[in-house]
Amino acid sequence: MYDGWKIIIGIIIFLGIATFPILYDLGKAAPPPPEPKIDTPEIKKMVEKKCVEPKSLMKIEHMVMLKDWRDWYVREGRSIYIAADGKQYNISLSNTCMKCHSNKKDFCDKCHNYAAVVPYCWDCHIEPKEEGQL
Amino acid sequence: MSFGLSLWLSFFAVAVLVLVALFGVEAAHLNYLFGVIIPYAAFAIFIVGIIYRFLKWAARPVPFRIPTTAGQGKSLPWIKQNKIDNPSTALGAFVRMIFEVLLFRSLFRNTRTELRGPILSYASAKWLWIAALAFHYSFLIILIRHLRLFIEPVPFLVKTVEKLDSFFQIHLLGAPLLYITNVALLAAVTYLLLRRVVIPTLRYISLPADYFPLFLILSIGITGALMRYFYKVNVVGIKELAMGLINFSPKIPEGIGVLFYIHLFLVSTLFAYFPFSKLTHMVGVFLSPTRNLANNNRAVRHVNPWNYPVKVHTYEEYEDEFREFMKDAGIPVEKE
Repeated sequence: MYDGWKIIIGIIIFLGIATFPILYDLGKAAPPPPEPKIDTPEIKKMVEKKCVEPKSLMKIEHMVMLKDWRDWYVREGRSIYIAADGKQYNISLSNTCMKCHSNKKDFCDKCHNYAAVVPYCWDCHIEPKEEGQL
Repeated sequence: MSFGLSLWLSFFAVAVLVLVALFGVEAAHLNYLFGVIIPYAAFAIFIVGIIYRFLKWAARPVPFRIPTTAGQGKSLPWIKQNKIDNPSTALGAFVRMIFEVLLFRSLFRNTRTELRGPILSYASAKWLWIAALAFHYSFLIILIRHLRLFIEPVPFLVKTVEKLDSFFQIHLLGAPLLYITNVALLAAVTYLLLRRVVIPTLRYISLPADYFPLFLILSIGITGALMRYFYKVNVVGIKELAMGLINFSPKIPEGIGVLFYIHLFLVSTLFAYFPFSKLTHMVGVFLSPTRNLANNNRAVRHVNPWNYPVKVHTYEEYEDEFREFMKDAGIPVEKE
């Protein structure tokens, strides 16, 4: 007695679990990577299009900066951020960050949805109202 | 192999793996090798290796029933049978196996034997069971969480698991929420490793095959945590790479961060090493004859499959052959 059919069922279950993402995405092309839009009126008005810190840094460290800003403003009472290039900014998500990046849906949400990240900004802040949004 | 050699050999093997990935990506710029070729190769080895192990074990005949009996077996009708710990049916064995796989019941029975003065005592020892549960379930949740990098759009279940796992927020660790499984996995692996280092009897029976996977998994956990909390990597780029791998159109996005490649190389090593190591207990547990067989030795006749065909000469045949002679000699026969 070798219980062959049980072994075969076992192998099929193993293959199904191990290759689950491949099977799930089978026949679908890889979705294009998200491209957050930086074409808001406020950004278009800028002569030199730059964020608080360089883009490469903002891209991967923005969450750290936002957390630091929260702590400085809410817990330490600091309201001015001095960037690496010496420029001063008001520490405020709604009034500094969101002034330029007023397109949450086409900017923030693009990457966050792609990577299934749920930032806790909007636990406290009120989400900005955009066109076509309830 | 001595304890020191086993431990350090394993430690340096993992350290070398880290350095290989570090220099391979940082100095030699072999991003395609470490990001595409090695992960594909490792996954192929994993799949083929596991099936090979499966078939190799399956080629052995199922033996005479040898289940561990951990409760009252089926007996007289007025004696209550423990249907799970001493199953007499396939269903009972199935339920027992489910409990074994999901709750590690045989580890739960772990005991500590020690001399208390002149008295030999046996005490319950649950730490190994707790650490093993924490480790395996953390690993499972971490695997499910990683699906967010392989599936687009991300399914609700994966999001829910992630949400529950990131229940806590620790100020020290910066912006992202703290994953409970991150802490649990690292703590459990550290315990499982220290256990083999500190307890003399365990140290005596531990080999590189024991230390290496622990160091490997520990370093995978550490690199993963480093990426999340301290040295950020480009997650969108990572998902792009992962989706490319899954759809067989691999492409290396720019600027992911070397830490990710170290993490990926260690994971690839784990996958490739899996089928040839003790880690195959993932498959082996289902094929353990002491767990997956029903205790029905007396109720059902078991013929060993490896028995050679025995040439038998039954009495009927004997009588057919010698009937006439037997009658002549006055010996009684069954058939006239």
